[in-house]
Amino acid sequence: MENIIIEVKELNTYFDESHILKDVYLDIPRNAVTSLIGPSGCGKSTFLRTLNRMNDVIPTFKKEGTILLDGKEIYDPDVDVVDLRKRVGMVFQKPNPFPKSIFENVAYGLRVHGNNDKKDLERRVEASLKEAALWDEVKDKLDDSAMGLSGGQQQRLCIARTIAVEPEVILMDEPCSALDPISTTKIEDLIHKLKNEFTIIIVTHNMQQATRVSKYTAFFLHGEIVEKGLTDKIFIEPEDKRTEDYITGRFG
Amino acid sequence: MISMPRIISPHHAQKIMNVVLWGVGLLAIVILIIIIGYILWNGLPQFSLEFIFGNPVGSGESGGIWPMIVSTFYVTFIALIVATPLGVLAAIWLAEYAGESILVKAIRFAAETLASIPSIVFGLFGLTFFVVFLQMGFSVLSGGLTLALMAIPTILRTAEVSIEAVPQSYKEGSLALGASKWQTIYRVVIPAAIPGITTGIILGMARAIEETAAILYTVGAALAIPMSIWDPARPLPLHLYILATEGVSLPNAYGTAAVLVLIILIITISTNYLVEKYTKKMMGR
Amino acid sequence: MARNWEEFLVEKVLLLAAISSIIIILLIIGFVIQQGLPAMEQVGPLNFIFGMDWSPSYDIYGVFPMIVGSLGMMALALIFAVPLSIFGAIFLAEVAPKTMRRILKPTIQTLAGIPSVIYGFFGLIVLVPFMRIHFGGSGFSMLTASIILTVMVLPTILSISEDALRSIPLEYKEASLALGATHWQTIKNVIFPAALPGIVTGIILGMGRAIGETMAVIMVAGNTPIIPGSILEPARALTSNIALEMGYALGLHYNALFATGIVLLMMIIVLLVVTNYINYKRKVTVGGGYL
Repeated sequence: MENIIIEVKELNTYFDESHILKDVYLDIPRNAVTSLIGPSGCGKSTFLRTLNRMNDVIPTFKKEGTILLDGKEIYDPDVDVVDLRKRVGMVFQKPNPFPKSIFENVAYGLRVHGNNDKKDLERRVEASLKEAALWDEVKDKLDDSAMGLSGGQQQRLCIARTIAVEPEVILMDEPCSALDPISTTKIEDLIHKLKNEFTIIIVTHNMQQATRVSKYTAFFLHGEIVEKGLTDKIFIEPEDKRTEDYITGRFG
Repeated sequence: MISMPRIISPHHAQKIMNVVLWGVGLLAIVILIIIIGYILWNGLPQFSLEFIFGNPVGSGESGGIWPMIVSTFYVTFIALIVATPLGVLAAIWLAEYAGESILVKAIRFAAETLASIPSIVFGLFGLTFFVVFLQMGFSVLSGGLTLALMAIPTILRTAEVSIEAVPQSYKEGSLALGASKWQTIYRVVIPAAIPGITTGIILGMARAIEETAAILYTVGAALAIPMSIWDPARPLPLHLYILATEGVSLPNAYGTAAVLVLIILIITISTNYLVEKYTKKMMGR
Repeated sequence: MARNWEEFLVEKVLLLAAISSIIIILLIIGFVIQQGLPAMEQVGPLNFIFGMDWSPSYDIYGVFPMIVGSLGMMALALIFAVPLSIFGAIFLAEVAPKTMRRILKPTIQTLAGIPSVIYGFFGLIVLVPFMRIHFGGSGFSMLTASIILTVMVLPTILSISEDALRSIPLEYKEASLALGATHWQTIKNVIFPAALPGIVTGIILGMGRAIGETMAVIMVAGNTPIIPGSILEPARALTSNIALEMGYALGLHYNALFATGIVLLMMIIVLLVVTNYINYKRKVTVGGGYL
C-alpha cells in the first residue's frame, strides 16, 4: 500500500438543492500526480475546490462525508481554513497573477504568512521562480508588472507563487486550457519535475495530458467516480464500459 | 422621432442625423470653451501676487483673496479626513461583506438618498445640528463637517463600483495561497481598486471645494484668515457669491472665479494623469 | 486565533462605517423635520404647500409659487437638456470617432465639475444681459435659470445615457445592420429602445439635480415669490427661498424655511422611489432577472 495523503470517504456535496458529488471515495497517494478526468459538469472541479475549501465562499454550498488530510478531517470546526490553504495550494484555469510586480506576486504568500525579511524573501522568490522554470525569463524584470507576461509565463508565475509557500498538495484546475501548445508542454514538464516534492491533483479535459503527466487517474461522471486507479490501467484496459466510451471519445 | 413617415429616404435620414449628432457633440465643447474661456479671459488679468497672497481690503472691493484660499483648504481638508475613511470603509463593506439583507438595502437606499439631497438642505442640517445643537457656531469645523456629509456618498459610490470591478480571480488566487479575507482585501483588492477609489476621493474633494449652498449658513463669512477650526471663514465660492450678488467688485469676482476654475481644472487633470500612470504600471502596459 | 479576532473586528468596523450613512440620513431628516414642523403645524400643511402668498413680515407662509418655480425651471431645463443629452450620448456611443471621443469625454467631465457658483456667475454676467437685450424685461427669469440648468444637468443625463447605450449587446446592432438597416435606423429602432430604461434613470437624476440646484438659480432667476405669468418673468425656486432668507429669519420664519426643506426632501424622495422602481422593473423585464 502506498503512502496516502488525502482520503476521501462518502463525500456528497450540494449547491442549494442540486446534488453535485455523490458518494465519492478516493485516496490520493503522496508525491504523485493524480488526474481527474470526465466531461464538463461531472463534478471534478467541484471536487478539487472542496479539497482546499474554496467552495466555502459560496453560501449555498453544503458538504457531507469525510476528507482526511494526513488523517485529519479538513472540515472540522477547529481547522483554520487559512492554514489548510497554505498546505493545499491551487493553480487556476486562467492564469490569475495579481496586478503587482513579478517579485511581489511570488512574495505575496510569504508576506501574508508573516515573512517580511527582505533577504529571505529574495532568496525564496528566486528559488521558487527557478523551480517553476521561469527565473531565466524574468530575472531582469522582477519589478515589472506580472500582467505584462505572456499567458504561459503568467501560469508558471502562478505555480511559482503557489510553491513559494511550500504546500504539501497542489491542486491544478485545468491549468493549460487557456494556453498554447508550447506553453502547455512547459507546464507539463514542470509538473513532472514537481511531483517528487509535491502531491499534485490535476483536473484536465485533455486525455493525452492525463496519460502524459499522471500516475493515477479518476474518471468522474455525473458526480460519481466511475473508475479509478493507475493511469496506464484505465487508459489501456478500462473495466467500465462508460470509461471506455469516454476515453475513446464516444461522448463528452 | 420613433415613427418618422417615409418622406425622407433612410439614406437622407442617416446624413441629416449625422449632422445633428456632430452638431450636438461640438456644441458641448463650444459651451465649455465659452464658459471656461470667458472666466479665465476676464479673471487671469486680475492675477497678481497681491491678489493671490494679499488680504481683502474693505469687504473685498480690492486687495487679495488669500484668506479665502486658506479657508477653502481648511474646510476641504476637514471634509476629506472625515468623509474618506467613512466612504471607503463603507464601500469595502458593501462590496465585499454585504449579502442581500434588509440592512444592506437600507444602507444602499440611505447612501442614494444622501447623494441626491439638495445641498441647501445639507446647509439647513448643518445650521441646526452643527452650528446650533452641537454649539460649534459658524466655523470652519461646522462648514467642513457639513461638506463631509455631502462628500461621503460620492466617495462611497465611486469606491464601491471600483472595488466590485476587481476580478474574482485575484481574490481566489490570494485565498488559495492561504491569505485571510481581510489580507486579501487590503493587499490585493484595494491596491487593484486604488485608481477608482482615488477618483472617488477627488470627486468628493471637488464637491467640497465648489460647494456654496451647504456652507452659506454654517461657515460664517469672515474676511480674516481662520486661526483655528472654531473660527468663521469664507471659502472661495462663498466669496465669489457675495462679491457677485452684492455688487462689491466685478474685477475681483472675475479673479476669484478664475482661481476656483483653475483649482478644479488642475485637480481633475492631475488626478486623471496620476491614475492613468498608476494603472499602466500596475497592468504592465 | 488572534487572526480570526482581527478579521471579526475589521468586519465590525467596516459595518459601522456603512451604517453611518443610515445614521446621517436619519439625523438630517429628523432635524430638518423637527425644525420645520412647528411652521407646518401653525400654518397647516395644506396651507403651507398650496398657499399662494409668501410674506414673512405678515407671518404668511405659502410655498406654492416656489413649487411652481422649481418644477417649472426643472421642466424647461429638461425640455432643452433631454434631446441634447440623448443626441450627445448617441454621438459619443455610436458615431464619434476615437479622437473626438477623447476630447468630448473630458469635456463632459469638466462641465460636470464646474462649480455651480461659477455657472451662476457666468449666467449673471453674460446670460442675464443677453436675455435683457433680446427678450426684454430685467433678464432675470425662469427661462434664464433653465438655460443655466440645462448646461448643468446635461453632463449627468448624457453620461448615464451613454453608459446605457454602450451596455446594449453588439449582437443586437449586428443583427439589425445585417438586415440592411442604416446605422441611424439601427440606433433608432434597436439600440435606443433597448437603452431607454437606463436613459430614463439618467433623466430622473437630472431632474433631481435641477430641483436641488441653489446657487446658479438664485443668481439668475430673479427670485420673486409669485407664480410667473410667463417664462420670461422672474421666479423663485424652493432652494433659493431657503438660501435667500435664512440669513435674517427668526421665529416662525426660521421654521418655515426648514419646512421648505421638508417639501424639497419629499420631492427628492419621490424621485428616488421612482428611480428604484424603474431599475427594479428593468431588472425584471430585461434578461429575465439576469441583468
